[in-house]
Order: sequence, then C-alpha cells, then structure tokens
Amino acid sequence: MSTVLPHSTSATDIDAPIDEVAVSLIVNGKTRHGRCEPRRLLVDFLREDLGLTGTHAGCEHGICGACTVLLDGQASRTCTLLAVQASGARIVTVEGLASGEQLHPLQQCFHEHHALQCGFCTPGMLMTAIDFLHTHANPDEGEVREAMSAAVCRCTGYTGIVNAVMAAAALGPMPLPAGALPE
Amino acid sequence: MKPPRFHYHAPGSIPEALDLLAHYAGDARLLAGGQSLVPMLNFRLVEPRALIDLARIPHLSGIGDGDPIVIGAMTRQRAVEDSPIIARRAPLLREALRWVGHLPTRSRGTIGGSIAHADPAAELPLILVTCEGSVRVEGRAGSRMIAAGELFDSMFTTRIGADEILTEVHVPAVAPGSRHGFEEYARRHGDFAIVAVAVSIEPNAAGGQQVRLGASGVGQIPQRLVAAEAILEREGLSADAIAHAAAQAAASVDPVGDANGSADYRRHILGTLLERTLTRTTAPIAATA
Ligand SMILES: Cc1cc2nc3c(=O)[nH]c(=O)nc-3n(C[C@@H](O)[C@H](O)[C@H](O)COP(=O)(O)OP(=O)(O)OC[C@H]3O[C@@H](n4cnc5c(N)ncnc54)[C@H](O)[C@@H]3O)c2cc1C
Ligand code: FES
Ligand code: FES
Repeated sequence: MSTVLPHSTSATDIDAPIDEVAVSLIVNGKTRHGRCEPRRLLVDFLREDLGLTGTHAGCEHGICGACTVLLDGQASRTCTLLAVQASGARIVTVEGLASGEQLHPLQQCFHEHHALQCGFCTPGMLMTAIDFLHTHANPDEGEVREAMSAAVCRCTGYTGIVNAVMAAAALGPMPLPAGALPE
Repeated sequence: MKPPRFHYHAPGSIPEALDLLAHYAGDARLLAGGQSLVPMLNFRLVEPRALIDLARIPHLSGIGDGDPIVIGAMTRQRAVEDSPIIARRAPLLREALRWVGHLPTRSRGTIGGSIAHADPAAELPLILVTCEGSVRVEGRAGSRMIAAGELFDSMFTTRIGADEILTEVHVPAVAPGSRHGFEEYARRHGDFAIVAVAVSIEPNAAGGQQVRLGASGVGQIPQRLVAAEAILEREGLSADAIAHAAAQAAASVDPVGDANGSADYRRHILGTLLERTLTRTTAPIAATA
C-alpha cells in the first residue's frame, strides 16, 4: 500500500494563499481520494466529500461521540480530527458494518434490545462499542457503562444500549470489521 | 463550529518544525492529537495563522525501558496505557490514564499534548509533578530539560517557549515494592476532575518510606502536598496519621472556586479523597486478598 502524505512544506510556500490539500483514505475497504481545505474536519469530509452520511456530527467539539469511526482499528472522534491528518489511514464507518441485508452482530443486538430510538447517536455508539468489545473480553456491566459513557444518547436512557453491548459481549470475542486494518 | 482558515504544515523533522515556528513568530500552533486544540479551533477560541502537525516526524513516539522511562511526546495516551513497560514500572501513570477522557479520545490524544496544554484539571501534569518527572524541549539553540516542579506556570501556561517543542516525557521508574493510588472526583466519568489526588509510596534506601502526594483542582497548577507528606514521614501510615495528613492537606491549599465547586468545597473533597486513597493504598495486602 502506498501512503499519500499530506501537503508537505517548503520554506517558499509559507506565505502563499491557503491551498487545498490532497486527502487519501481507505474507507470501508475502498481507496478514496479528495481535495479540501486544511481546516476540513474528517466528519465533514466523510459526509460531504464522500457522501457517507452515516457518521453524524452532533456537538462538533469531541464531547458527544456521534461522529466516532474506527481509524486504523481504533475508535476515534472525527470532529476533532482534520481530514488531512487522517490521510493515509484506514477508516471504517457505520456503512461498513452490515453485509448487504445482513446486520452486523452488534447491530442485531442493538435491534433486539431496543438500543435506539431516533438513531442519531447509534453510529457512534456502535463504533465505540466495537473497539471496546474488541479490546475487553467478558466485560462486566460497570465496565460497559463506563465505556459507553464516551457517547451521549438523548433518547434511550442508556439501559437498552448497555443491554445490547452486554448481549454482544456474550457472543464471544468481537473481531474488528473487515477493512479496519491492513490484510 | 468549524475551524477558521489556517495554513497546514506537516514537517518531517524537528529542525524543520522549529524553522516553521520561527517563521510564524508566535502565530502558529503545534498540532499533536488535536483533542484539545481542534475543539478550541472549532469554537474559534484560537485562530492561528498556521498549524504545524507533529505526527509525521519520525521517532517522536515510543516508550523506552530505561530509568527514567522516556516517552516520546507524540506517543498516544492509549499506547501508554496499554504498554507493559508502563504497567510494570510506572503503574501510577497507567492508573491515571484510565481517567483521561474516554477510549476514543485516548486513541488520538498524546502524552506530550496533554502536558503542554497544562489544563489545571488534567491528570497527566499531576502525575508528572507527583512522581518528579521532567520533560525535554527542543529549540533552535538546542535542547534542555525542565523538571515537572518548574514546568507549570499557571493554568494553561508552561515554561515551554513559543519557539520550542516538547519532545520527551521522562518518568522515573518505581522501586520494587512500591505502592500507588489515584482517585478523582468528577460529575461524570470522563469529565475533567474537580479534584484529583495521586499517591506514591516507595521504600527508600534508609529502610523507610518515601511518600509523595499530589493534587490538582486545588490551585492553578498541580501541586505536591508537602505538609501532608511530612506528617506521614514523621508519624507513619496509621489511620490516625492518615487522617491528620488529610486534614493538613485540606488546610494547606488555596483553591480557586468556580462553577464546578467553591474553594471550600474543593478543600473538603481534597481531604476526603486523600484519606480514602491513602487508606486504600496502604491497606495490608492480607486485608484486600
Ligand atoms: C471529550 C473529551 C474529554 C476529555 N477529558 C479529559 C480528561 O478527563 N483529562 C484530561 O487531561 N484531558 C481530557 N481531554 C483532553 C485530552 O484528550 C487531550 O488529549 C489533551 O488535553 C491534549 O493532548 P493532544 O495530544 O490532543 O494535544 P493537542 O490538542 O493537539 O494540543 C494541545 C495544546 O498543546 C500544544 N502542544 C501539543 N503538543 C506539543 C508539543 N509536543 N510541544 C509543545 N506544545 C505542544 C498544542 O499547540 C496545543 O496548544 C478530553 C478531551 C475530550 C475531547
Ligand atoms: S460530533 Fe464529534 S464528538 Fe460530538
Ligand atoms: S437514540 Fe436518539 S440520541 Fe440515542
């Protein structure tokens, strides 16, 4: 794989008008290229430049977790990350979880345990939970509550979310989704 | 809630980054994990002309196994938390990291960024002060070390120059048989602490115990609780001595009250947290087994 480094510097272009930068990502297993201003947040790059609107922008300052994706296999906020910083990385968004009509096992648990109402927080909840379950085998309820406190839900009161994550934990080790890391 | 315009540079070496800092003469910001800086940009609390991203500079991350343990400034908080070297030789740091934001913020946030940011409620500056660590900073004139006790000036302000870069964090390795404790009080887990305390108890060469106590949230910068340390060194680690030390600690600090807690409230929380953490840390192994 060749990594495309962002806009590099030479002493002469420091005072030039602000140029667009090249951004190259592998999103849900597919290489995607784009150009944007350096200030473009990754969440906006995913939603507006790549049309992947599953990742949601809520607070836009790192607090609510709605914008969480897997970045090189780790849950990361995309509203506190510039698209150019992520260039060269592998991203999995909520669109990368289901295979066709077949929900991802964690999505199935969310469905069965009424872990969503409006669904605004759900993409971030799923990505937060996948990373947590991948790195923590057999968590107890306290650990699940602590982990899921990384993301905010205004609807469910969290009980359904905690139950869904506990149910997913009971299925056994949680693999990272396809495309999260290099083959 | 979008950042203002800025130039973006991703230099490939420290000298190149230092040249860029010099060029912008105070009007550029270093970008590490972005977990504090990007929110500040989104709110437009800061509007630098340029960002200088440290992420593409080789050798700025990694954890050495010497004494002191040398941690590259760009090492992600999560990598420090997961490191077997840190678990074995700097367990207080590991315990405190669990309290820094959430897993998804620790995936990106760096140890150097947290220390340079110097939030008065942040955990990592408190640990550095408590364990008597230090940092290396590089400038165009060369590199220098700054001891933790000298590093923090006031809230969000360190003695790292605007033309310098923090490159390494040095944390002393603990002696075998040491004990440690960390506790904080916040409204919700993952929020910044209202008050946090750190305890380290190490056997010393004279056969006694070297007690180090630190607290944040009770002043502009994290502080050592020296009066309370002296009491424990004099009176030992009995329940009475611990209660005495905790009361002394609460009386010795001069917190700034704010919306999260008045000065008196913070003093009260400090005494309670310190007594609780010391009791837990010194409980005989037999009692906890
Ligand atoms: C939801 C949320 C919760 C959080 N909770 C906590 C918490 O409980 N406790 C806590 O301590 N933090 C918390 N944080 C902040 C923490 O996540 C940040 O990682 C940390 O404060 C800054 O580190 P960074 O690597 O992200 O630095 P950045 O945000 O990139 O930089 C922060 C500042 O430090 C400067 N800087 C960075 N690196 C260097 C360097 N090498 N040399 C000189 N200057 C440098 C930058 O110019 C900038 O001014 C939270 C953040 C979020 C979004
Ligand atoms: S939108 Fe990113 S954390 Fe809220
Ligand atoms: S389901 Fe509506 S915010 Fe969580």
